[in-house]
Amino acid sequence: MDLFEYQARDLFAKHGVPVLDGDVIETAADAAAIAERFGGRAVVKAQVKVGGRGKAGGVKLASDPQDAVAKAEAILGMDIKGHTVHKVMLAQTADIKEEYYVSFLLDRTNRTFLAMASVEGGVEIEVVAEENPDALAKIPVDANEGVTPEKAAEIVAAAKFPAEIADQVADVLQKLWVVFVKEDALLVEVNPLIKSGEGKIIALDGKVSLDENAEFRQPEHEALEDKAAANPLEAAAKAKGLNYVKLDGQVGIIGNGAGLVMSTLDVVAYAGENHGGVKPANFLDIGGGASAEVMANGLEIILGDADVKSVFVNVFGGITACDAVANGIVQALALLEGKGEAVTKPLVVRLDGNNAELGRQILTDANHPLVEQVDTMDGAADRAAELANK
Amino acid sequence: MAIFLTKDSKVIVQGMTGSEGMKHTRRMLASGTQIVGGVNPRKAGTTVDVDGTEVPVFGTVVEAMEKTGADVTVIFVPPAFTKSAVIEAIDAEIGLAVVITEGVPVHDTAAFWAHAGAKGNKTRIIGPNCPGLISPGQSNAGIIPANITGSGKIGLVSKSGTLTYQLMYELRDLGFSSAVGIGGDPVIGTTHIDALKAFQEDPETELIVMIGEIGGDAEERAAAYIAEHVTKPVVGYVAGFTAPEGKTMGHAGAIVSGSSGTAQAKKEALEAAGVKVGKTPSETARLARELFAAAK
Repeated sequence: MDLFEYQARDLFAKHGVPVLDGDVIETAADAAAIAERFGGRAVVKAQVKVGGRGKAGGVKLASDPQDAVAKAEAILGMDIKGHTVHKVMLAQTADIKEEYYVSFLLDRTNRTFLAMASVEGGVEIEVVAEENPDALAKIPVDANEGVTPEKAAEIVAAAKFPAEIADQVADVLQKLWVVFVKEDALLVEVNPLIKSGEGKIIALDGKVSLDENAEFRQPEHEALEDKAAANPLEAAAKAKGLNYVKLDGQVGIIGNGAGLVMSTLDVVAYAGENHGGVKPANFLDIGGGASAEVMANGLEIILGDADVKSVFVNVFGGITACDAVANGIVQALALLEGKGEAVTKPLVVRLDGNNAELGRQILTDANHPLVEQVDTMDGAADRAAELANK
Repeated sequence: MAIFLTKDSKVIVQGMTGSEGMKHTRRMLASGTQIVGGVNPRKAGTTVDVDGTEVPVFGTVVEAMEKTGADVTVIFVPPAFTKSAVIEAIDAEIGLAVVITEGVPVHDTAAFWAHAGAKGNKTRIIGPNCPGLISPGQSNAGIIPANITGSGKIGLVSKSGTLTYQLMYELRDLGFSSAVGIGGDPVIGTTHIDALKAFQEDPETELIVMIGEIGGDAEERAAAYIAEHVTKPVVGYVAGFTAPEGKTMGHAGAIVSGSSGTAQAKKEALEAAGVKVGKTPSETARLARELFAAAK
C-alpha cells in the first residue's frame, strides 16, 4: 500500500525524523487558519500518489492566508496524470540550501534490504541513476543487523555527504530505518532531504509503501487506506475477502490460484484478438476452497460490473474437487436468483483436474440456460471472448 | 532419482496439529510420504492418530530430528509465527524446510533468509507462500495433489501453485521426476536457478519446465543461468502479460532490480537463452511434448 505524502510525514514524525509542521485539508477555506499558524506563508501541496506533481502545477507557494485559500482552491480538484486531487497539505516554508536523497527498500534480487543515498536529491532519482550512477550509493543492509551507527556512517560516507552534516544525516538514517522496520515498510524514501539555511537536516517530502501482509500486527495501518479512491467493485470485493482487481475489459474472470488467473487473463486477451478486441474485465482469485458462498460472492461482484458482457469460470481442481466447484456454481446462481438478482450474462465454465467428470456432469444435469461448458482453457477463453463480442 | 526430496526423506510437520497442517499431513501420508512426526511444544509427548498411523508430536525440531532422523520439515504455522518456526528449523540444521504459509510479512522472510545465510546456509528453504514439492511415487512435502500424475522424466519449477498443477495435468502421461513450487513472494528461499541446477545434475530428469510470472528479475537471471549451465531442454511459461503495472513497488524498487519485471521482458530473456516459451499453458505443454519426443 502506497501512502500519501502527509501520511508518510506523519509516520516520520512519529519515529522522530525531523519534518516541517504541516496539516492536510480537503476544503480550501481551512487553509487560512493553518497558514496563519505558520506565520502567513505556506507551501500548498497536492496529495496524489503519483510523481511529477510539481511540474503539473500541484505545488504552490502562498504568501499569506488569503493566498493560501486561493492556492488550495486552485489545486483541489486538479487532475494530475489521471489522479484527482482530493486533499492538499499545507506545509511550513523551507529555506533550502541543499537537496539530498535517501531511501531504504527491499532488494528482491539479492534478497536483502538496501540503503540508497545521493547528494544529488530533489530531482527524480531514476534520472540520477541513469545519467550519473556513481552519484547514487547503494549499500546492502542485513535484515537482522539493521542500520547501526556504523552502518549509517558507511552510507553517509559512500554517498559523500559533507562532513559538517554527516552526523545529522547518520542520525536521520537510523530513524528512517526505524520507520522502515517498525512500520513494516517495503519502501521509505525521502526526496528531497534538505539542509536548511540554519544547517538543519529535514525530510521535506517522503514516499512510504507498506507491506499488506503485515496488517495482522499493524492495526493502525488500516486507517491509512484511501477508501475513497478505491474502485467500488474492488472495495466491495475486499469487504468480502476476495482477491479482485478491476480491469477495463468485457470478459469477467473467475479462477483459482493467482498464477492460473493471471494466465487466464492472458489467454482471454489473446482470444479477444479474434473477437473484436475484447479483454479481461477483472482479476479474481477465489483461492483453494471455492465453496458455494465464495463462488456466489465472486459471481455477484463480477455480474455487478456493468462492463462485463460474459463470464469465464476457469478452475483447475487440485486439492479442490471439481464436483464441489460445480455445485458451488449451481448454488451461486440459485442464491443470486433467490435474492432477486437477474443473472443475464452468459457463463463459460471450464473444469479440469480432480473429479472433472463429476463436476461437468453436475453442470450438465443442472442445465442452466446461461451456463455453457468447454473442455479446454483455450477453447473456453475463445468462447467467452466470442460471447462478450456479441 | 529426484531433486531435494526422495523416498528416503523423513518428514516432520511444524504446525501439524492445526487444521491445514492436519489436512495436509493426512494427504502427504496417503501419498506415501514418510511422515515421522509433528512439532508443537504444547503437545509434546503426545501422538496424533492420522487415519490409523500414530504420529508422535515433539517439543522442538531438534528433538524430532534426534528421535526420528528427520531431514525435511514442512511448515504450516500461521504468518505471525512463521519467522520463529523457520529460524528454529535453521538452527536445528535440518536439510530442507518447506514453508507453505501464505501472507508472511517480507521483513520476516528477509530476516529468516539473512539468518540462514549467517548460519552458513545449511538448510535449504523452499517458499514461503508455496505449494511445496513432490517427487511422484516417492514423497510429497507440501500441498501439491499427488493424484495428478506419476513419476517420469520431466522436472518442473514454478512460482505458481495452480499453474504447476495445470502443467502436471497436461503432461500427466509423461510423468515427473520432481515438481517444485518455489512461491511468488518478493523474497523466497530456493530460486528457479537452484532448481535448474539440481535438475541439470539429476540423471532421471530429461526435460525441464520452468514457470514464471511478472515481478522481479528471477526469470531473467534464470535465463542467463540456462544459457551458461543447462544443457537439457528447457520449456518456459510466463504468466501475466496483461496484468496491470506497478502493484506494490515504488520507482526505487525498479531501479534496483534493473528490470521492468514485465512478462514480455522475461519471455524475451528466456527465448534469447534458447528456451522455448509457450504463449499459454497448453502451448507450453505441447512444446514440452515435442522436445521430449525429439530428445528420444
